[in-house]
Amino acid sequence: MEQQENKVIIELDNVKRDFIVGAETVHALRGVSFKVYEGEFVTIMGTSGSGKSTLLNQLGCLDTPTSGEYYLDGVSVRTMSKRQRAKLRNQKIGFVFQSYNLLPKTTSVENVELPLMYNKRYNAGQRREAAIKALEAVGLGDRLYHKSNQMSGGQMQRVAIARALVNDPAVILADEATGNLDTRTSFEMLVLFQKLHAEGRTIIFVTHNPEIAKYSSRNITLRDGKIRSDEINADRLSAADTLAQLPKPVDD
Amino acid sequence: MNFYNLFKIALRAIWSNKFRSFLSMLGIIIGVAAVIIMMSIGQGSKESVRKNISQMGTNIIMIRPGAEWRGGVRRDPSAMQTLKIDDYEKILSQKSYISNVSPEVTSSGQAINGANNTSTSLYGETPEYMEIKQWAVKDGDVFTDEDVKKNAKVCLIGKTVADELFPNGQDPVGKTIRFKSIPLRVVGVLKSKGYNSFGMDQDNLIIAPYTTVMKRVLAQTYLSSINCSALTEEMTENAVEELTQILRTNHKLSGDAENDFTIRSQEEMMQTMSSTMDTITIILVVAAAFSLLVAGIGIMNIMLVSVTERTREIGLRMSIGARGLDISNQFLLESIMISITGGLLGLLVGYLGTLACSFFHLPTSIPLWSILVSFAVCTLIGIVFGYFPAQKAANMDPIEAIRYE
Ligand SMILES: Nc1ncnc2c1ncn2[C@@H]1O[C@H](COP(=O)(O)OP(=O)(O)O)[C@@H](O)[C@H]1O
Ligand SMILES: [Mg+2]
Repeated sequence: MEQQENKVIIELDNVKRDFIVGAETVHALRGVSFKVYEGEFVTIMGTSGSGKSTLLNQLGCLDTPTSGEYYLDGVSVRTMSKRQRAKLRNQKIGFVFQSYNLLPKTTSVENVELPLMYNKRYNAGQRREAAIKALEAVGLGDRLYHKSNQMSGGQMQRVAIARALVNDPAVILADEATGNLDTRTSFEMLVLFQKLHAEGRTIIFVTHNPEIAKYSSRNITLRDGKIRSDEINADRLSAADTLAQLPKPVDD
Repeated sequence: MNFYNLFKIALRAIWSNKFRSFLSMLGIIIGVAAVIIMMSIGQGSKESVRKNISQMGTNIIMIRPGAEWRGGVRRDPSAMQTLKIDDYEKILSQKSYISNVSPEVTSSGQAINGANNTSTSLYGETPEYMEIKQWAVKDGDVFTDEDVKKNAKVCLIGKTVADELFPNGQDPVGKTIRFKSIPLRVVGVLKSKGYNSFGMDQDNLIIAPYTTVMKRVLAQTYLSSINCSALTEEMTENAVEELTQILRTNHKLSGDAENDFTIRSQEEMMQTMSSTMDTITIILVVAAAFSLLVAGIGIMNIMLVSVTERTREIGLRMSIGARGLDISNQFLLESIMISITGGLLGLLVGYLGTLACSFFHLPTSIPLWSILVSFAVCTLIGIVFGYFPAQKAANMDPIEAIRYE
């Protein structure tokens, strides 16, 4: 790892995660250690079954390690109760899922407000304000009151990203966030992620698509539950440039 | 998550599945409506019986032959012949808490006037019977003590009998009718009392001197019963005691021998009546309440479907910070709202049903507490039957829930 001045957001120390399936033990993570600093855009790659999702569940405090330590923003997650982890997810993490997971028949603002509903410190007015700000940040300032079923896949994923931003999280975790989108929309998403990165957000993006790694600031590759490579991407590409070179869709 | 937001979420969930929510409410609606209607009929009948009985006079005391009836034991016919004219005469001479006494013999059969006939009941009484049962004469007069002494072939007829036997509006007074072929001259027509709360026509009767009925119609020596009235309602208990003493002495019943007669006061009747009505009401309400139990199971079923359907939503909510408690509250509130809404609709339907019942002349009265109880029961159903589905939702693993297809 290169020396960084920035604050450590995530620190994994020899994290292992075993699953017991019948008589066998599946070692999904076999001792993973790395640090993520504030403002990094990390892609995590690996083939199917290499442990990406298991790792992301650890990072997202949805699961706890069998052994090893995980510090999120300085706090140890391993010994936390379910309740404490729920609070941590609510305040420190923004999730973006492959299949958007928006509430059906619900407007964009209401979808984006959702995490703040579980945070007592926000009142209705503050929630609305934060949600509108987040939607403007993802370029949906004019789609505030559209319902989720009235929007395209790209727009839905933008709403989901706004939802991940609304609580001003320490880290945004994306799991195959472009997996359901066509090439052009995928790059539009990448442009958005690069913009958020430029604004100083910390992003961890799990993908099995090596193309995407070219646009992040650092890439970690997993194999069989271990880190195979961990490299800083010195000459990362601009998603905006790539998008401009793509053939324009016919009906636009 | 605060209550207001939970409420909004639950409302939206119910609203977005309007038809399904309505179907799951239907059980509650029917159950609550049934409970309300049953209770209102029970309460209404009780009130109407009380009113009828107290209109009849609460100081009436009835003496019947035979020991108090006990369930399942067949009565010996001879036990029904223990009241004699002698008993009546002893009461008459020894009474101090009693104002009126009338021995009674009854018979039922056909009354005939020319081509017209009707089936009715014949009551053999003394003129005092009129006082005891608060009968009044509309046309003509009551037969006299003299008529009683002479076994006179005279009678009073109720309005129904008068209408049946004299359909063309003739004046029955002075005419002679026949009961079981015995000619009886009508001396008066009774003022109508109408139907009682059991739907019995109180005007379908003929009253004649008891001597006439005993000797000329039935040829029997024993009485069917003796009706008395206490001087005042407060003296009823003393009067009952007095009558018991007179009859025991007259029947030569020693120390611990059982009474061979039964004395009932109207007051006591009224209490027995209300408690019988209460029992019937309870049985009906319990039956209706079972439909609420079934309705609760229906709600649980729908909630389980709803939880499964919304597994991904649950996973999402958990991953963005909802605690198990938030999730279980959300589903619990939804089931409570379904059952309370159903309960309110049920109250409305029950109220309309009650109106319909009173339209068909069933006595009804909705007790206020039944509304409160229904409300409480619905809330309870919502909690009890929503608890398991809510727990199922709260205990989901967010990792699996969010990937659920
Ligand atoms: N809940 C689980 N129970 C048992 N085995 C699991 C579970 N989750 C993951 N695994 C196993 O752990 C390994 C890593 O899985 P995963 O993290 O999903 O890989 P990836 O996301 O890279 O495809 C796989 O062998 C998988 O079968
Ligand atoms: Mg995976």
